[in-house]
Amino acid sequence: MTKLSATGTLVLMLGGAVLLAVLNLTTPPTAELHVSTYVVSLVGKYLCFAMLALAVDLVWGFGGILSLGHAAFFALGGYAMGMYLMRSIGARGVYGNAMLPDFMVFLGWHELPWYWHGFDWFVFAAVMVVLVPGILALVFGWLAFRSRVTGVYLSIITQALTYALLLAFFRNDMGFGGNNGMTDFKTIVGFDVQAETTRCALLVITAAFLCVQFLVARYLVGSRFGKVLIAVRDAEARTRFLGYRPESYKLVVWVLSAIMAGIGGALYVPQVGIINPSEFSPANSIEAVIWVAVGGRGTLCGAILGAVLVNLGKTYFTSVLPELWLFALGALFIFVTLFLPRGVMGLVVHRTPRDVAEPTPVESAAREVTG
Amino acid sequence: MKRLMCLLLLAVLALAPSGARAQSSDDALAALASPSFDTIRRGIEQLTLSGDPRSLPIIVALQGGRLFARADHVLSIKLDDGTFVDAASGKPAPDVMASALKQVRMNNPVRGAVDAALGSLRLFAADPATRLTAAEAVFHSHDPSALPALHKAIAKEPDAGVKARMEQARSAAALYADDTKEADRLAAVEVIKARGDLDSRALLDGLSNQSPAVAKAAAAAIASIDRVLQLWSILQSVYYGLSLGSVLLLAAAGLAITFGVMGVINMAHGEMVMLGAYVTFMVQQAIRSAAPGLFGASLLISVPLAFIVAGIVGIIIERTLIRWLYGRPLETLLATWGLSLVLQQAVRSIFGADNRNVGSPDWMSGATQLGGLTITFNRLYIIIFSAMVVAALMAALRYTSLGLRMRAVTQNRRMAAAMGIRTPWIDALTFGLGSGVAGMAGVALSQIDNVSPNLGQGYIIDSFMVVVFGGVGNLWGTVVGALTLGVVNKFLEPVAGAVLAKIFVLVLLILFIQRRPRGMFPLKGRAVET
Repeated sequence: MTKLSATGTLVLMLGGAVLLAVLNLTTPPTAELHVSTYVVSLVGKYLCFAMLALAVDLVWGFGGILSLGHAAFFALGGYAMGMYLMRSIGARGVYGNAMLPDFMVFLGWHELPWYWHGFDWFVFAAVMVVLVPGILALVFGWLAFRSRVTGVYLSIITQALTYALLLAFFRNDMGFGGNNGMTDFKTIVGFDVQAETTRCALLVITAAFLCVQFLVARYLVGSRFGKVLIAVRDAEARTRFLGYRPESYKLVVWVLSAIMAGIGGALYVPQVGIINPSEFSPANSIEAVIWVAVGGRGTLCGAILGAVLVNLGKTYFTSVLPELWLFALGALFIFVTLFLPRGVMGLVVHRTPRDVAEPTPVESAAREVTG
Repeated sequence: MKRLMCLLLLAVLALAPSGARAQSSDDALAALASPSFDTIRRGIEQLTLSGDPRSLPIIVALQGGRLFARADHVLSIKLDDGTFVDAASGKPAPDVMASALKQVRMNNPVRGAVDAALGSLRLFAADPATRLTAAEAVFHSHDPSALPALHKAIAKEPDAGVKARMEQARSAAALYADDTKEADRLAAVEVIKARGDLDSRALLDGLSNQSPAVAKAAAAAIASIDRVLQLWSILQSVYYGLSLGSVLLLAAAGLAITFGVMGVINMAHGEMVMLGAYVTFMVQQAIRSAAPGLFGASLLISVPLAFIVAGIVGIIIERTLIRWLYGRPLETLLATWGLSLVLQQAVRSIFGADNRNVGSPDWMSGATQLGGLTITFNRLYIIIFSAMVVAALMAALRYTSLGLRMRAVTQNRRMAAAMGIRTPWIDALTFGLGSGVAGMAGVALSQIDNVSPNLGQGYIIDSFMVVVFGGVGNLWGTVVGALTLGVVNKFLEPVAGAVLAKIFVLVLLILFIQRRPRGMFPLKGRAVET
């Protein structure tokens, strides 16, 4: 990735977000340049997905870990934010109960479960947005990488992880709203979540977070750490024999990636106004992987580009030709893996040594022979 | 002289009951014609105890309001066609005038007596099944008033099974009678303990207010029954577990070929299962419209068809998609996931998103009782079917020439090619075989699951879990893995609930893979580190 494209990405994201926000707030709805609040929220949503894509790209594109459960971290971050938003509803709910969220009143509960305490404070919730996905990833990754679960096996158990969480969050007894999840939010840190200004502020904040994540990821993959990480991706055994501990490198990038996804989820929830267990569904995680594949695995700009492009397509198709969307998505999976292994970025950007993404053909052939 | 007197006396005593019986039943008939409810009630009780074969039709007629009395106390029964028969003789009575008859009336005590009488009288019915039901009814009501009838019924009962039930009923009634001696009570507890089901347990549970010895015996009997019941419930859980395991096995058997043997991550595997289910649906539609008589055989017809359809689709997938992706497992995963979306949407566009109705032939429905086990036929057939499928698959891999070539190619592709095996064709056929097996699984799953485009989705994660748990490249591992997961799941269910059990199993699996990353039965040798 050239310096130019990185700067370009940053300028485009942040500038674009600010521009959209300004156009939304300053122009009258009749003006030609007016941007509707719907579009503002939509773009905000795309940028959240881009964070998830960035997180997946970091572990898959640079660490060689194909996670089919990254949406779980995204959803956990979202739930942490959702819990804060639920608490800030206070007595404005349908049942007017200041002590309990509506769904708990509905279930006949009398007391707030212990794990809900603290979510009245935004700072606490923000810490949880980072801690919950981070700790889950730490435990899971520590177990998995230590015992050298790799490749497809790892993919399948990540999928099992998100599937288990999906089933768990569907249960009413869990105290996270069952299959309805959490919705009907009123305010976030005192501002009305429906208000245009809040929407615009959220968009700009999301873009800013995405830029920070992008810079962190870029710094990471460009550092010595990143070089070892790429070495682990391309030849784990060789890296180990050279004296590195691949599991430590993988664990660090895995936990960081989970936190990035969690932050994405936390920003996603106030903008779409709902969080429910379907966010855990394995299909969501795999969709995130395809965003990265479309954009270009192993390029940070590509991940963001892919997330935005595929979701633009999804928004268009599901409104115009809902029947065709799954065909299009399925065909995209097949087309990209067969004909565009380096994604859109592979068409645009020339290769630089930092971005070597694929194992060499010799290696693939060797694998096929012995396998 | 004294001896003669004794003999005479004995003879009279011996004769007396039969004479008295005829006497008493005639008296009872007369009593039924009385206007007093009290007399009628006593008449019913007398009639019941008489053991007279005429009693049952008369009391049934009384219950149905079809018993009529003339002023001279002669009883008649009105038949459905309006004619009358004489109640005492059972012969038609054409000269009876309807106008001279009065219906025998009932009030609630009389109705109660009728119900009790019918219960006892059925103990003497000609049909053993009726007698059995009657004995069971007494067992449940444990009404001491049925004791005299039971004594008689047991004495003349020819069927050993029915007799045992009657004895259990007698013991139950005796335990609740006031005048039973303690030794008899203890014996009765033993009889009921030997019966050993939930009803016996409930009956014994009600004995705590009896004398200490009886209460103690009852408590001991309950403990023993509980042990037996627990054993049966464990067996039942094992059966349910095996049945769930065989479903998992069916879904995973094809994957054990495509993933386990070939190393291809086929995320569209579930859709092959779904195709098999839709083949079943179409076969049934065709049979319903063309030859309804063949419906019982619809599943048997569907099995080979599903194998062929899913197999052909599998071969097409291998030739057009997967062969470009060998050695790139993660890309294969993504491409086949995309394929699964396309297949699902295609089926949804053709057949609609709703569940399709796939019927079960008669021989699939029903259940049988084996001791304390309830065995449902559809589950039993699925267990048998999955055993057959796996056996056939193993035999095909081991004994056919195609199987030999498949194993050769998976073990050493280059060497196999050097021996003249057309490896690309073998790849395609192996993939087709795995897909075909998935299609056959779909036929079975159409019987227990909703046939919708999402059918396969529900099985894909489980199937991968089974194959990974059992150890890749090992059909026996898949068998053991599937059955273990099924049984563990069913044992956790009563403790934790269905959803939590599933979550536990997933978490256990994740932990298990940490400990043994290559499954229970890992392949050994050079092929491992690729």
